[in-house]
Amino acid sequence: MSTVKLHTSPHLHQPLTVEVIMRHVVYALLPVCAWSVYQFGLSALALLAVCTVVCVGTEHLCCKWMGQASTVNDWSAVITGLLLALVLPPGFPLWMAVVAAVFGIAVGKMFFGGLGANVMNPALVGRAFAQAAFTLPMTTWVPSMAPGRFTTFIPSTLTPPFLVPRSISGWLETVAPDGFTGATPLALMKYEQVSTDPTALMFGTVSGSAGETAGLLILLCGIYLAVRKIMDWRIPIGVLGSAFVLSGIFYWLDAERYPSPWFTLFAGGLMLGAVFMATDMVGSPETKRGTWIYAILIGVLTVVIRLFGGLNEGVMYAILLGNAAAPLISRLTQPRVYGTVKSARKKKVTA
Amino acid sequence: MPTTETPTTPPTPPTGLDTFAHGVHPPDNKHYTAGKPITRLPFPAELTLLLSQHFGKPSVPVVHPGQEVVRGEPIAKADGFMSVPLHAPATGVIKRIDWAPTQKGPRVPAIYLTVSPGDSQEILYGAPREVEQLDPKAIIQAIQDAGLVGLGGAAFPTHVKMSPPPDHHVDTILINGCECEPYLTTDHRLMLEQPEDLIKGTQIIMRAMGAERAVIGTESNKSDAAEAIRKVLPPDGSITVKVVETKYPQGAEKMLAKALVNREIPSGQYPSSVGLGVFNVATTVQIGQLLPMQRGVIERVVTVTGPGVAKPGNFLVPIGTPLGFILRRLGYHGSAKYLIMGGPMMGDTVSSLDVPVTKGCGGILVPRPEEIDALAPRRQYPCINCGRCVEACPLHLNPALLGRLAAKRQYEPMMDHNLMDCFECGCCSYVCPSSIPLVQYFRVSKSMNRSLKAAAK
Ligand code: SF4
Ligand code: SF4
Repeated sequence: MSTVKLHTSPHLHQPLTVEVIMRHVVYALLPVCAWSVYQFGLSALALLAVCTVVCVGTEHLCCKWMGQASTVNDWSAVITGLLLALVLPPGFPLWMAVVAAVFGIAVGKMFFGGLGANVMNPALVGRAFAQAAFTLPMTTWVPSMAPGRFTTFIPSTLTPPFLVPRSISGWLETVAPDGFTGATPLALMKYEQVSTDPTALMFGTVSGSAGETAGLLILLCGIYLAVRKIMDWRIPIGVLGSAFVLSGIFYWLDAERYPSPWFTLFAGGLMLGAVFMATDMVGSPETKRGTWIYAILIGVLTVVIRLFGGLNEGVMYAILLGNAAAPLISRLTQPRVYGTVKSARKKKVTA
Repeated sequence: MPTTETPTTPPTPPTGLDTFAHGVHPPDNKHYTAGKPITRLPFPAELTLLLSQHFGKPSVPVVHPGQEVVRGEPIAKADGFMSVPLHAPATGVIKRIDWAPTQKGPRVPAIYLTVSPGDSQEILYGAPREVEQLDPKAIIQAIQDAGLVGLGGAAFPTHVKMSPPPDHHVDTILINGCECEPYLTTDHRLMLEQPEDLIKGTQIIMRAMGAERAVIGTESNKSDAAEAIRKVLPPDGSITVKVVETKYPQGAEKMLAKALVNREIPSGQYPSSVGLGVFNVATTVQIGQLLPMQRGVIERVVTVTGPGVAKPGNFLVPIGTPLGFILRRLGYHGSAKYLIMGGPMMGDTVSSLDVPVTKGCGGILVPRPEEIDALAPRRQYPCINCGRCVEACPLHLNPALLGRLAAKRQYEPMMDHNLMDCFECGCCSYVCPSSIPLVQYFRVSKSMNRSLKAAAK
């Protein structure tokens, strides 16, 4: 009987662990990454690799520095790396990506105490930092499907550390001789009221950040996660649904000025944000009702920022704001405990 | 090595039947024993009768070492109202009164009884009587005299449950045949094989509590049992059978009240406060069998199951039979890493084969090693706020929040979040992908709060 061990109940456990959840999110991201590499070539591949390695490395070093066991084997840093690479412009200088990745993990995650304790999505923290620090490269877009993309880098990718990338106009002329404006579909819409055909957006044959362009593919990967019960389906449905309805209302009011709801859904980072970023469990409320409120909040904020804010892309800030509001939403939507009356809880607290 | 390599059954899908909100669907694994009729095991050489195998004050021995007792004779009396007597489960000689190991761990005093070999072990004690002639008070007294406690696991004295505060009027009796714990099939077999006794017991309870009707509730994976009971229901329609969704913890008092009659038992109150009395099938069957014969509880049905035993089944064993005796008879190879008494969700692992079967023990489980092994070295991650535990808690508590507070040792604020309502069902730990030992946290927090409260006095 010496082999018999003690264990406290429950003695059963469903098989889904954090490690499994995170690994499946990585699996679901891989097709999106592959598409981005197909579209933008070597530069996108380098960006993905660098961001991932730096995120994992930063987390590892932070753990060591704080004298803790390394937490990188939970795969969450890999997700952050891939997501960060997917929201940066494909020709983003690699050294800047390194800085953004370090910032995202160190400040956005480890500073708060690592996985689970971070308030906001680390990849978005990294991107917000890059947006503020490296404004110009963050808004320099390149055409997709450029010839020779699998053999040569986009020149800006290889900018030496601490230097601002040189203008890529010379390179642009060689790959897109008939004039590439460097504007994403969202910018075209906002500043020039030129709408891009939503079909092109769905299939990802447009310019944009590395992984934001193939709406349909992202949606499919999201469905995989939802079916495997790894992701809360309420979040993408809530975000996309509310963005669709709200932009639909504006479109109906003035189709000249406002984009069609389909355009809203598939343009820019909304799809990626709704499926892979807003769904980060750490930053979303834990209650069912709270989840709906959170998702709708993000969808509405995205549309409001896109249509009325100074920026043409609002998803990132909408999600960060949603993350910031999540604890409060959680607190306000606590379920009624069985056998209690809702208002009685307050009384008990004061009693 | 486990010999019965039957694959684990997949979780039971929701059925659309009535149930409570939240809860979990663990694989029920009842296929090992569900089809096995109840059989009797031989008597062991010695029985260990714990003096406190029920909730409340320990029984007081009325025998002395060397005394001969006959099967069914009282050997310990109740110590006041919150206590029950014990009866000799076999004819034999009292050996000694000494400490004994228990399912929960700490040793407690027990009566050791040497069973007389070769005795017919006929129950000589007791005499038939007309229960219909007894008034409610006499029935409740008879139930205490029979040593009846909740056989579903809690071992709460049944006569106490039947004596609600005078201002509570009980109109409906709920009989719990859900047996929502995976693996266990004792209640299932009892409903199938002894439905008449179940009905008799239900009628006795109804009489004692003055209830007009009773609902026997069982889960959809035991619909054959529902059929068996329906065949013997009294024609007056006072007792009905209701099949509810197979879901854990459907058999918990509060969940059952919701599922069967859609009533919510207020936090910190007895079921009688909403007009209910809740009794387990095994208890009710024993009431139906013992009361008319003026006998006491001397044996119970135990499911011995799991991949670690060669001959799993449902067995009628005398109270006090040591675990090791049963397991050896059923082809236990002595190589299991864990032995669980009770079900896998709320039962206890035991470290000694000398632990005896008690009135509250409905199952002995030798699980598949990897089932539990997967738990021990399983890495604990920080709470990722996934909300799965919130979705699972049948009481709609927020285990994530409670867990965070417990990890910070902020035990007192946990009280404001209804910590004391938690009944340690295990749903939250079951679903937590971070493998946080939430239930264990809550056990510790509760006892910390109890001692804080005691210290404040
Ligand atoms: S153990 Fe307690 S907190 Fe956890 S699910 Fe059960 S009742 Fe809720
Ligand atoms: S299930 Fe575990 S990880 Fe998820 S919210 Fe609850 S405690 Fe946190």
